[in-house]
Amino acid sequence: MQGHSTYQPKGVAKWFEDRLPIVGLIHSSAVAYPVPRNLNYFWTFGGILTFMLVAQILTGVVLAMHYTPETTKAFLSVEKIMRDVNYGWLLRYLHANGASMFFIAVYIHIFRGLYYGSYKAPREVLWILGVLIFLLMMATAFMGYVLPWGQMSFWGATVITNLFSALPGVGTAIVTWLWGGFSVDNPTLNRFFALHYLLPFMIAGIVGLHIWALHHVGQNNPTGVEVKDFRKETVPFTPYATLKDAFALVCFIAFFSWFVFYTPNYLGHADNYIEANPLVTPAHIVPEWYFLPFYAILRAIPSKLGGVLMMFGAIAVLFILPWLDTSKVRSAKYRPMFQIFFWIFAANAVLLGWLGSRPAVEPYVTISRFSTFWYFFHFLVILPVLGLTEKTRPVPNSIADSVLGGAPATPASAVAAPERNG
Amino acid sequence: MTMANTTIGRAGRALAAAAALGLAGLSAAPAQAAGETVKPPAQSWSFSGPFGKYDAGQLQRGFKIYSEVCASCHALSLVAFRNLHEYGGPGFTEDQARAIAEDHKVQDGPNDAGEMFERPGRLSDRFPKPFPNENAARAANGGAYPPDFSLLAKARTYERGFPTFLFDIVTQYQEQGPDYIHALLTGYAEPKHGEKPPRPGLHYNTYFPGHWIAMAQPIQDGQVEYTDGTPATVDQYGKDIAAFMMWAAEPHMAARKGTGMVVLIFLLIFGALLYFTKRRVWSAVH
Ligand code: HEC
Ligand code: HEM
Repeated sequence: MQGHSTYQPKGVAKWFEDRLPIVGLIHSSAVAYPVPRNLNYFWTFGGILTFMLVAQILTGVVLAMHYTPETTKAFLSVEKIMRDVNYGWLLRYLHANGASMFFIAVYIHIFRGLYYGSYKAPREVLWILGVLIFLLMMATAFMGYVLPWGQMSFWGATVITNLFSALPGVGTAIVTWLWGGFSVDNPTLNRFFALHYLLPFMIAGIVGLHIWALHHVGQNNPTGVEVKDFRKETVPFTPYATLKDAFALVCFIAFFSWFVFYTPNYLGHADNYIEANPLVTPAHIVPEWYFLPFYAILRAIPSKLGGVLMMFGAIAVLFILPWLDTSKVRSAKYRPMFQIFFWIFAANAVLLGWLGSRPAVEPYVTISRFSTFWYFFHFLVILPVLGLTEKTRPVPNSIADSVLGGAPATPASAVAAPERNG
Repeated sequence: MTMANTTIGRAGRALAAAAALGLAGLSAAPAQAAGETVKPPAQSWSFSGPFGKYDAGQLQRGFKIYSEVCASCHALSLVAFRNLHEYGGPGFTEDQARAIAEDHKVQDGPNDAGEMFERPGRLSDRFPKPFPNENAARAANGGAYPPDFSLLAKARTYERGFPTFLFDIVTQYQEQGPDYIHALLTGYAEPKHGEKPPRPGLHYNTYFPGHWIAMAQPIQDGQVEYTDGTPATVDQYGKDIAAFMMWAAEPHMAARKGTGMVVLIFLLIFGALLYFTKRRVWSAVH
């Protein structure tokens, strides 16, 4: 990566830098780091996600000081936080709504990547690290939701952990092992708390790798064309990206605050204000909104094992996405057909989310099956075929050309030739 | 827990887990529906919206209803007497709150002789429960359990439907619980089409999910005396007790909404400053 740090310390700072070049590292990655000048606001969500991770860890650690992971006390300890701990209501609402905000940001971030082809070479590893973070976030949020030990905590945990019993032969043994007993009970709550505390730090570690990979290959940009001339096409991270990210972050925090202060229970379930009761099953067991598309895929398949495999498959397919999309052109901006399919895919994902919130009855079951089919069809058939057959629009020679209005170099009506796809 | 209870608990849990699996929809069988539900009519609440606050007078009336009528069956175990004089609540003075506490008998102990004893409540005590345990409560109520009021206003809701549920984000509608409680208290009626209760001791209510509720109509017109000129009707009682229950479930709402306004105003100004700074800095490269 070009655009090396211009950090030149003197005196004590130089002495220190000669021994541990950490200030230089920070300077090169957060000050001098060259940012494509044509990024739009969808590129601010990386910073927003980093902020959300830190916010979840900070509020979480303080919550953990007041929380009791024991089945007869967990629910009451959360209520004590809400009522008796100074600003406990704020901490808890920040943490509970923060999880949702984290997922809103990550979904925007992922769809940004899908639209602008950010998963393509040389960013495959960067993308895969992102999918790993997404998986860990889901595990963390799932276990966090169990901690307040409400009805939905208990029954959600029961339903989801029970899925592993579908595995042939070892299924029941695995579920017993996950539970630490014969039902979701105190041992389950204890280990979920331990893991819920641990996983965010593992996420932080992978975020480090994710950013390292990013700074090694450089950012993609709306044209999908690699930076060619650093002087003309990039700006230094500080002050340009710093200010833009800060502005976007403040807007995001305002959105977040709206939920925390005015509709703090909008994204939750009323049933979770009833203490867990293993003898009373809630009328509808519904996961948190951010799991709904995957929940819909799970229920769309008539066989339990099949449903579980498809649900995990829906995420697994993201790992191999860089090799499924055969198009040489990165950005959807120059792929009119892909653009249409992208929006169909996005609408279908929202539809799956809605279906996940419906009871498993007709007509929802049939629609879920079509929707699930389309989800996989998009990745496994449309993307490979489209890349080979689609007529793309002329791609600008360079970012500078696109920003400063230079003439396109690629002939109009160029069809991505298969031999150029390697 | 006795041995017998534990065994029943185990078996029940296994059954319940099996039921949950069915519910996960792995079979396409319809989920055990909660029964037909009727949407409660929306009431106007002093605590709705960004500037909403509890009406102290209303909370005091609600508290009167609770103490005189509902407290014999429903607990309020997460609320402490001191909460009655705290910011944003019913607005009792500390002395009034202390007097209310002293009117309640609270179990304490063991004393030096190893015995439990009763003493008058203190500000730091929580409201004592009407029954020593759930089984006792069920035994006294024909097998039904009167739920604790502490969180009930946040634990009840109804489906808003599309697209209303999206508008709710903007309108900040968060009052499903109080709307439902008010509707429940005013919703006792003759069963439709002369339906018979599925088992004796159930009462028809328009808004209760499945319609048949074990609680008889708990309050009638004129039952609780109001001294501030508010009409002593079931409709008004319903609003007052629902507001009180909302406060019990969310005692820091006033602080929350107040803080929210300060935070949002700060973010608006800070955001605007950042925006103009950003524009200024970027203007050099555009
Ligand atoms: C004689 C005892 C008794 C009294 C007094 C009583 N209730 Fe109930 N209440 C019950 C029982 C029993 C249930 C459980 C009903 C069921 O599950 O079918 C219940 C349930 C409720 C519910 C929950 C309904 C639901 O959605 O599950 C509310 C709300 C309620 N009562 C409000 C009140 C109010 C307000 C008062 C005072 C005006 C009151 N109750 C007085 C016995 C009582
Ligand atoms: C990736 C970051 C994190 C996510 C997505 C997350 C998510 C969640 C969620 C969804 C809940 C349930 C909230 C509710 O409905 O009440 C929760 C609860 C909780 N979390 Fe986290 N969390 C994260 C990080 C952490 C960390 C780092 C800690 C502690 C060090 C922590 C401690 C807790 C505690 C104690 C609770 C229970 C209290 C409560 O329910 O409010 N969390 N978390």
